[in-house]
Amino acid sequence: MELSSIQIILVFIFATIAGMGSVLDEMQTHRPLIACTVTGLILGDITTGIIIGGTLEMIALGWMNIGAAIAPDAAVASVISTILVVAGGQNLAAGIAIAIPLAAAGQVLLIICKTVSVVFQHRADTYAEEGNLFGIDLMNYLALLLFGLRVGIPAVLVAMTVGTGAVQDILNAIPPVITGGLQVAGGFIVVVGYAMVINMMGAKYLMPFFFLGFVVAAYTNFNLVALGIIGLVLAIVYIQLNPKYAALSAAPAAEAKGGSTNAAEDDLDDELD
Amino acid sequence: MEKKLTKSDLFWTFIRSNFLQASWNMERMQGLGYCFGMVPILRRLYSGNDLKQAIKRHLEFFNTQPFVTAPIIGITAAMEEKKANGADIPDGVINGIKVGMMGPLAGVGDPIFWGTLRPITAALGASFAINGSLAGPILFFLLFNIIRLFVRYYGIQYGYAKGTDIVQDIAGNKLQKLTEGASILGLFVMGALVNKWTSVNIPVVVSEITNAKGEVVVTTVQSILDQLMPGLVPLLMTFACMALLKRKVNAIWIIFGLFAIGIICYALGIMNVK
Repeated sequence: MELSSIQIILVFIFATIAGMGSVLDEMQTHRPLIACTVTGLILGDITTGIIIGGTLEMIALGWMNIGAAIAPDAAVASVISTILVVAGGQNLAAGIAIAIPLAAAGQVLLIICKTVSVVFQHRADTYAEEGNLFGIDLMNYLALLLFGLRVGIPAVLVAMTVGTGAVQDILNAIPPVITGGLQVAGGFIVVVGYAMVINMMGAKYLMPFFFLGFVVAAYTNFNLVALGIIGLVLAIVYIQLNPKYAALSAAPAAEAKGGSTNAAEDDLDDELD
Repeated sequence: MEKKLTKSDLFWTFIRSNFLQASWNMERMQGLGYCFGMVPILRRLYSGNDLKQAIKRHLEFFNTQPFVTAPIIGITAAMEEKKANGADIPDGVINGIKVGMMGPLAGVGDPIFWGTLRPITAALGASFAINGSLAGPILFFLLFNIIRLFVRYYGIQYGYAKGTDIVQDIAGNKLQKLTEGASILGLFVMGALVNKWTSVNIPVVVSEITNAKGEVVVTTVQSILDQLMPGLVPLLMTFACMALLKRKVNAIWIIFGLFAIGIICYALGIMNVK
């Protein structure tokens, strides 16, 4: 399917917004659930977009920027894989399979951009010397634009070429054993994301709750809402019954761990006075 | 005349704080973005040389979980207000507060927002989206952003109202309770996801017996595993991934590895789509 020029412009605009979203990490426009849905809407098949988004979202569940670590890029993977599936006529498994290397390439591009953006920080130093607040604003916006174009430009290139024979030939050349295998892998590839989230929590002593969740899900038909409520109740009961917190509220003087000795000493001083 | 921040200054700081990571860079990370957020406050309080000094102060290195910067912005706004009115607050103290709160607040913000809130709202949204329902993306977008904007807005107000007193709150057990509670919820749901939102099928036939009724009972590796414990293979895969990630293997390589396993096992007939 060839895209109209309006569709190509809309893809460029949205891909740029998603690219900004992936560095800002605020509105979550870069997450597959949002990015694939909107791209699907632009291309005229929102339902397929939503399904790709849901599938890719589970794979990308653990892709997060913690500290200085840079995650695989969900924005570029979401937008381009949706274009290839909806406009390129590929099946879902092939789309997901293409999304993963794209996320890796996007990660490299993101690292490059995050290094280049040092330039804007330095330029801002010059504006600080001049007391120029507008200059500070401008540098922040220009850097954001750089991050946006990082996704906007590759996306528009794919959007312009997806209807051509060459791209179709390459996509159709993927042998069925690969797409079938990818579909099989799609069933368990999500564990990488789960593992990333579990590791991030870094709370080994709370792992019993993980196993409880596993077993409850194994032998019931509860949906995620019900499971979430059970998890919440467990969390509240744990906090309420935990002797660690009970002891602390009984002795408010020792509330602050770091300042506990000082606080105790202060009380003593007061009494001596 | 005493200089005082207005409600609209704090409101615009809240709006601008959404652009904290716009110029994230390898050198000072959120440094420029933080300064960008502080612009309405600095504009109100300073001019001339004091302004130049104030901008420089907030261009320093800064990096934490983005949403929990809200109380830090509030506190520094309160401190800047005092300083502009002649209080003796050296530049180093304001930066000291910023840098000092970065670590503890990231320790709270990462597990709550990245470890619990986003995975749970995203998984909830995805569970609808996989069937093509528009409710999935909308639910995720609204739930996540309402909570995020609430934290950002009230975080700034709270930090501004309490000033440096907030440091006591952070040292206290309120946040620790919240973090631990969020981790429990997060881990519980992850356990459920490992079991329910994965699928592995190993159709290799172990035995074919014709029973007393004359029916053919086929026992596959998968049916034995399911009798033992449904979801056992994904569980073991999760543990393997956790171990690899702890050894600093890039997640993308692990995903490629799993793709390779899927293709090879499918080609050999060891695995199949359920």
